[in-house]
Amino acid sequence: MAEALDPESHEPINLKDPMIAGLLAWLVPGLGHWYQGRREKAVLYFVAIMGLFLFGLILGGGATYRDVDGREHHTGYGRGVYFSWNPEKRLHYLGQVGVGLAAMPALLQAALMNHNEKVLWGGFMAPPWPSDAMRSAAGRDNPNFDQPTRAELDRWLNRRFELAGVFGLIAGLLNVLAIYDACAGPVPPASKKDEEPREEKKDEAAA
Amino acid sequence: MFHCLLANARFWTGDLWYALTAIVAISLVYAATRHERMAPIFRHAGRVFLWITGFMVVVFVIMQLISLRA
Repeated sequence: MAEALDPESHEPINLKDPMIAGLLAWLVPGLGHWYQGRREKAVLYFVAIMGLFLFGLILGGGATYRDVDGREHHTGYGRGVYFSWNPEKRLHYLGQVGVGLAAMPALLQAALMNHNEKVLWGGFMAPPWPSDAMRSAAGRDNPNFDQPTRAELDRWLNRRFELAGVFGLIAGLLNVLAIYDACAGPVPPASKKDEEPREEKKDEAAA
Repeated sequence: MFHCLLANARFWTGDLWYALTAIVAISLVYAATRHERMAPIFRHAGRVFLWITGFMVVVFVIMQLISLRA
């Protein structure tokens, strides 16, 4: 069992097992704090981080488009959060994965896309085709032929596509702060840290 | 000149509304890593929100002025 101090009241905070709390905090924002009994902070972290992530998912979708045959499709949602490493290195995902389980569907969708299996949930978190040439090379028999290319998402979703990716990235990085809080407790203000040595020095000078 | 400034401002402030969501979330999470109780968290988050927003407004105005063409 580990403990930290409340910066205001200086009461001890029971962190239970910090490793388990950190793991839970990564899986679901706020879950580590819930496990530690810090329920109010758990709710705050969940609402702030998942709210931002959800906003990003909504921003990254909601447009309709026509494929090469003229058929109308809906982009679905969550297009700003996807995993792709070859040929496009989607570095956003390195931060987005900080929200834990909520970003995991992107890995499943990328695996399905790579194995030429039909992506699920209307393309939610599915990687787009890197280029029109690659989609054409895959052929009409490919079950994901109707999926959009990266350039098409840029065009149909406009700036919302990039915003969606960045919001997911920020949410993931904010959860890294929450994981730190679950593992080590709140960070005391820097000024108080500085005051302690000064007080000691004063005591030494008085002695 | 000012008409041009306002026209630009209207265009860009449309996009800046998206930033509010991120600033609120960032302020709350940052403040929550510094305190344990809700009252000081919300007070600190309010200060962080104002600081970030003020910083962005100052940078926004500077960018607008720089981009003005006679």
